[in-house]
Amino acid sequence: MKIKNLLKGLAFATAVSVSALSATATYAGTPDNVLVVADRIDDMTSLDPHDLFEFSGTDYVNNVYDKLVSFDPKDLSKGYQPGLAESWTVSDDGKTFTFKIAKGRKFHSGNDITAHDAEYSLRRVVMLQKTPSFILTQFGFKAENVETAIKAIDDYTLVVTTDEKYAPSFVLNCFAAAVSSIVDSKLVQSHEVDGDWGNKWLQTNSAGSGPFSLVKWKPNESYRLKVNADYWRAKPGMKSVIVRHIGEPATQRLLLEKGDIDVARNLTPTDIDGISSNSDLAVDNDLRGRIMYFAMSQKDPILSKPKVRLALRYLVDYDGMVNSFLKGQWVVHQAFLPLTYMGELKDKPFSLNVEKAKKLLAEAGHADGFDVEIIVRNVQERIQIAQSLQNTFKQAGINVSLTQGTGKQILGQYRARDFQIYVGTWGPDYPDPHTNADTFASNPDNNGTHAGKLAWRASWDIPELSAITKAASQETDKEKRAQMYVDMQKEHQMNSPFVEMFQKNDQTARQANVQGFYTGSAVTGVYYWTVTK
Amino acid sequence: MSNAVDTATSKRRGSSVPFLKRLKSLVTVLLTVLLTLVGLLFVTFIIGRVMPVDPVLAIVGERASQDIYDAAYKSLGLDKPLMVQFGIFLKQIAQGDFGISNLTARPVSEDILRVFPATLELATVGTIFGVLFGVPMGVMAAVNEGKWQDQVVRFVGLFGYSMPIFWIGLVGLIIFYGLLDWVGGPGRLDVYYEDVIPVVTGLILVDSLIEGDLDIFWNAFSHIILPASILGYYSLAYISRMTRSFMLEQLSQEYITTARVKGLSERAVIWRHALGNVMIPLITVIALSYANLLEGSVLTEIIFAWPGLGSYLTTALLSADMNAVIGGTVVVGLIFVGLNLLSDFLYKVVDPRAR
Repeated sequence: MKIKNLLKGLAFATAVSVSALSATATYAGTPDNVLVVADRIDDMTSLDPHDLFEFSGTDYVNNVYDKLVSFDPKDLSKGYQPGLAESWTVSDDGKTFTFKIAKGRKFHSGNDITAHDAEYSLRRVVMLQKTPSFILTQFGFKAENVETAIKAIDDYTLVVTTDEKYAPSFVLNCFAAAVSSIVDSKLVQSHEVDGDWGNKWLQTNSAGSGPFSLVKWKPNESYRLKVNADYWRAKPGMKSVIVRHIGEPATQRLLLEKGDIDVARNLTPTDIDGISSNSDLAVDNDLRGRIMYFAMSQKDPILSKPKVRLALRYLVDYDGMVNSFLKGQWVVHQAFLPLTYMGELKDKPFSLNVEKAKKLLAEAGHADGFDVEIIVRNVQERIQIAQSLQNTFKQAGINVSLTQGTGKQILGQYRARDFQIYVGTWGPDYPDPHTNADTFASNPDNNGTHAGKLAWRASWDIPELSAITKAASQETDKEKRAQMYVDMQKEHQMNSPFVEMFQKNDQTARQANVQGFYTGSAVTGVYYWTVTK
Repeated sequence: MSNAVDTATSKRRGSSVPFLKRLKSLVTVLLTVLLTLVGLLFVTFIIGRVMPVDPVLAIVGERASQDIYDAAYKSLGLDKPLMVQFGIFLKQIAQGDFGISNLTARPVSEDILRVFPATLELATVGTIFGVLFGVPMGVMAAVNEGKWQDQVVRFVGLFGYSMPIFWIGLVGLIIFYGLLDWVGGPGRLDVYYEDVIPVVTGLILVDSLIEGDLDIFWNAFSHIILPASILGYYSLAYISRMTRSFMLEQLSQEYITTARVKGLSERAVIWRHALGNVMIPLITVIALSYANLLEGSVLTEIIFAWPGLGSYLTTALLSADMNAVIGGTVVVGLIFVGLNLLSDFLYKVVDPRAR
């Protein structure tokens, strides 16, 4: 039969194509001056530092833009340091900040960096009114007063006046956030369309002074940066940085093992275990800012009872979860400020204790338990946490029904106060304790609509605690201020409708020869300019 | 081809009736296409608006204050009645404006032009693979019905059809990229080759040849061969099964016996007469399986970090980026309509009776 010939033909064709492929052997290893990072960057929606507010966007801004004050990537605990401003003073009434801009530094375009750029940038944040703008507008900057409140009085002096007295550490920490990036005002102005402050252009281009500038961004695919060889702070070790979107962790691992990428940022615990014996690779741990918690709606007649809230704190298998499916990804943490923040609280008073919980429930009049619904986003990790809660709640007679949905769907319900228990995460918005205190421990207007605030979403009416949160944000003595946050968290830990369970730990896998890849801990984003190979 | 023949005959007859008839059928086709698209748009639009996902949150993020939320809500036109929104939307689409994607901050048309070539390239190579191997395998199985060849083809086909594609993808990567180093890794190119050649068609295999850069061609080929083979395997399974059953039907017909009695060679009987007659249903099968691949295979794209239409649409769907979803839906709709028209045309080419 001719079929035999056909089979021979197929075999031959396969053999030819295979040998043709092996002839073009792929180049192993990345070049010495190029950093290739695999990450998930499909959350990136804009490159405008005054507009973006996503994790991967913050990483990008950290390397392309400078702020007036900055952090030392090698020692973030030192707190804010001089950035584009070489020094600053605060007036006696605590309201006026005078920044001296360092001379002789340039943007990527070659334009000098002056106080006028700083003025333009900070005003731009206020006028654009994008999501992260609240980080600056919380100091009372508005469209009406921005001309006087943010003002360059000469080429190298910027004066900023707040509406009230705030803790200087609070204000300065906010000036270190991504939204406070200083953009090249001449360049951005030349791309303004219909009074958009150049937003449309800057969403896909860069106009900064940082260690790298943008070459190309392909959404959901990759972005590429090239070095700014004249960077004022240090000479970066890499000539270019390529960040590729690789959604699947197993694929990231394969690329890393083959040497086709330098850094893999989203490996699973299984993958981390799998590469631990490979001496060419290394894994770094870094505690990040995200807190995993659950919130109990205080509109609910049962969940609003203090003893029920306390009982549920004893019905979480904290250690069981971090030792199994959350291994390496999360650590137990039971306060609203992430560790490494000013005012951190290390106490962990709770562990799984069903007997104690049952007793508390009986005292609250629910000895036989009750029915409750937990809403959760359909992400494996969170579903597993919710299932673990379902299991441990059940031991005290509480029947949990789980409702899963997409992120936007569940979040929509949470924002609309339409839930009983919500499981989710919260990440700080800027590197100051007020960011989390303001959302977990402040709700001055429970009857209004403040869907951005967690305490409001939980319908938690707390006039006294809100006042303390405000006072802490105005305390000028740094140590006293830190102590106020410790005290607040101790109280919060016992009585609030929020059960903080875990803090995020990032495990970054890299080639062993890649040094100085700092992911920014809880306070900021990743640094590429410190990397050497 | 058929048109040329028709024109020639109509000229000879000196009659205008065939011309009018053709015009009429052309108009009918266009109307059908238009109606299909409008219906498609309407359904997509309504689903997009009623599903419990908040497109405003997708833009402003979780932390947004109520003022910023309200401003975005208004700027999206969501405060207007549903039918007014649909009207505005249709008007924009008629002008070729699919709006701006919330996720990428770029025009949707630009996004689709960027992601679609990646899918087109993958689907085309995959379909070529599926046809080149699937049709002969199907024929072989039919000719040897019930024998071991038939069993082998059935096993290979069912295996391809029933294995989860992400599993085959990962195992394929581990073996052929990780262990054997025969093929390139995930992505369309090694990173150093990216953005080197100018984009003409967006198909790297074609663009690199236009540029005359064989290094890039081979690199792109080494990257596409594995995901394309896997997609191809999937369609091979389907194509070979269908070919087999079409062929069996033909081989039992009397004309085949006649041809054999006439003394024609077995090769001519099978490949010319029998296969010739299954071309029409086979073209439909191939076109449909090609169209399926052109929608973008989400799992394959994720495993292979392939920036195509499938992952673009999925990300858009999950973030309620409705402009992108609708833009993508229109493209997928056009592909199906287009391939249907194309197979209609191919019928006429292979079968004179259909002219």
